[in-house]
Amino acid sequence: MKRLILAFLLVFAPLAPVHAVQPDEVLADPALEARAREISRNLRCPVCQGESIDDSNAAISRDLRLVVRERIMAGDSDAEVLDFVVSRYGEFVLFNPRPEGANLILWLAGPGLLLMGGAVAFGYLRKRGQGEAPTETALNAEEERRLQELTGK
Amino acid sequence: MIVEFGHFALILALAVALVQSTLPLWGAHRRNAALMAVAEPAAVIQFVLVAASFAALTYAFVVSDFSLLLVVQNSHTLKPMLYKISGVWGNHEGSLLLWVLILALFGACAAWFGDNLPPTLRSRVIAVQGMIGVAFLTFMLFTSNPFLRLEVPPLDGMDLNPLLQDPGLAFHPPFLYLGYVGLSMAFSFAVAALIEGRVDAAWGRWVRPWTLAAWVFLTIGIALGSWWAYYELGWGGFWFWDPVENASFMPWLLAAALLHSAIVVEKRESLKAWTILLAIMAFGFSLIGTFIVRSGVITSVHSFANDPERGVYILMILAVFMGGALTLFAFRAGAMEAKGVFAMVSRESALVVNNLLLAVSCFVVFIGTIWPLLAELFFDRKLSVGEPFFNAAFSPFAVALAAVLPLGAMMPWKRGEILRGLRPLVPALILAFSVGALVWAMQTGRTALGPVGVALGIWVVLGAGIDLWARTGRGAIAGRLSRLQRLPRADWGKATAHAGLGITIFAVCAMLAWKTEDIRIVQEGGSYPLGPYEVTLVQVDEVEGPNYFSTMALMEVRRDGELVSTLRPEKRLYPVQAMPTTEAAIDYGFWRDVYLVIGDPQANGGYAVRSYIEPFANWLWAGCLIMSLGGLLSLTDRRYRVAAGADRRSAAVPAE
Repeated sequence: MKRLILAFLLVFAPLAPVHAVQPDEVLADPALEARAREISRNLRCPVCQGESIDDSNAAISRDLRLVVRERIMAGDSDAEVLDFVVSRYGEFVLFNPRPEGANLILWLAGPGLLLMGGAVAFGYLRKRGQGEAPTETALNAEEERRLQELTGK
Repeated sequence: MIVEFGHFALILALAVALVQSTLPLWGAHRRNAALMAVAEPAAVIQFVLVAASFAALTYAFVVSDFSLLLVVQNSHTLKPMLYKISGVWGNHEGSLLLWVLILALFGACAAWFGDNLPPTLRSRVIAVQGMIGVAFLTFMLFTSNPFLRLEVPPLDGMDLNPLLQDPGLAFHPPFLYLGYVGLSMAFSFAVAALIEGRVDAAWGRWVRPWTLAAWVFLTIGIALGSWWAYYELGWGGFWFWDPVENASFMPWLLAAALLHSAIVVEKRESLKAWTILLAIMAFGFSLIGTFIVRSGVITSVHSFANDPERGVYILMILAVFMGGALTLFAFRAGAMEAKGVFAMVSRESALVVNNLLLAVSCFVVFIGTIWPLLAELFFDRKLSVGEPFFNAAFSPFAVALAAVLPLGAMMPWKRGEILRGLRPLVPALILAFSVGALVWAMQTGRTALGPVGVALGIWVVLGAGIDLWARTGRGAIAGRLSRLQRLPRADWGKATAHAGLGITIFAVCAMLAWKTEDIRIVQEGGSYPLGPYEVTLVQVDEVEGPNYFSTMALMEVRRDGELVSTLRPEKRLYPVQAMPTTEAAIDYGFWRDVYLVIGDPQANGGYAVRSYIEPFANWLWAGCLIMSLGGLLSLTDRRYRVAAGADRRSAAVPAE
């Protein structure tokens, strides 16, 4: 019997997917709802392949969306809502890694490389600008022949 | 029998690739013409064999040969013919065969169109291309063989993932692969030149069309993929900064950098070592993309364990090719001295800035993509990197690039002045600023993205037009107009591609800033307002498709009582895979798309309905198309045809 129920669930579960943000979740106040949407776009569905809870159809994402709205209604600031969710699900759910600890490497890598690359490029350009005498490499025999063929001499 | 024939052809192709990657290389080293001459027929034969193998696999899919494991796993007799064919590359093994087919095609193209290359360089290019072929053919035959048979064939197959049952699958991967794999040519040219120990203007001219072609295909491929995601996934997004998307975006950025730096090599014989490095890295990122997509290591850290063999093999390919090429580079880079002398403010410098911005932005995408992996490996932190990070970390580079583009594009070679270069652009600057400010004033309180996008778009598009106009010189309008028509195609291509980029940037900003969304429950027969429109859910029907069941809504969009469009959004269920999909219905328009999605029936009657107005959506795809059109125009420029040896007439190309 147990197996039968399991089979039944497996067959019919996909027929009733919970779909992204549902009308019944939407908060009455558009300003609060906009905040909720912004927050849930930054939260990752813990069981999906890289979807935000805002886009995800998973049941847990619906729960998280409701939690976010509950906290907003309770008067939490955006940061407090995120802290609340992170304290329960870990930083895995944050799509925007906090710039702290090792994550500083991530955040500073781009600007750092730009500065380094910029310095190297600047040095290179200044050297090119100082006008080194170009050195010519001689043509090899084959190329001499081709050159004569082209110039007709 | 045909399947065995295909399998055998693939093994033969590996043998030919082995010959192709060794004999010509040895011949070029010993200056042995006979050995070098092996290169061309080998490349062509390898292509023919892989093509035969691909045809055999396609045949198995078309006739639904369920004795083949791959067909069982990815097909079904009821599946429409289009998806039976495109299903060939809708899976790991088949798409790898397409990858190898395109690789062999590029090798054969080098044999067909390489007449004008010095014989040693040509043999070496084809040999390196053969080595990549060997790597991927062994990968396929040993870990991902598409021709595995089943002892007891089942009655029917398991069907293709319903999300992939879309015309998008027919076009998106082939274009993407033409781009990805096309970069192998730039790689082969770079490695061949390193072996040769010689990089000159001619090399820049030879490598550029291949890079340009790869970049054009990659642009179209990415745009098609983005459009597909837009209409298929059902919430109107077009780019998700997903690792797999990033995997295609990184080579695109580097290919764009490469085709700009190759101009400096071609015209000024500078930036040689950097260009070679870019050519190596661009293909390196193609391989990294292949690794990301096929090992599953990054989308989900745990799926690596599902197939360690494949991931490890691709990592080995990556290590061997990148390691080998970079070692060669380290030995030979010093020998590549630059010739051209140029001032700090010059076209050369502008192109260096372009390369710096593109390369660093590629690096930002790269580190964002692999950071979850690194953080878990080294810091034991499980974390995610998604859209907010990329928006914050990548956008500044895109903005900076667009801001300097028109100025850099008009800068004279060797020596220029910023203020003088800016003078012809003043009208564009004024217009961009004032329209941007106007938009800013009109939409108080909303994101700055909209006005910034408008200003950048106008600046880049007008800048491209002014650049083209300035190329006609001075004098009467009539004379300049006639000169405009006679400008080289490369000039037209440059202006077109730049304008396309401007349009794309504008559309991205507009869609992100001005999208309207509405989520609500609607009863059958009910209406609701959506922006300036009135949408009615007329009725909802249950419909049966060839291999799915559909809940199809009939919805009418009206404006001021007049019918604008009748749309039929669907929710489908594919019973074989027990998977539901949403099929959004879109009314495409010049200024906006109206995008409707039907959701679940509600407990107390009615349906969940989501509606979007997507402003300027079509401008995004149009911008990408215009960009690639620019690349194509440039590709048909006379001097490439001359360089390719198609036109032997004496050509007096004026020095620039």
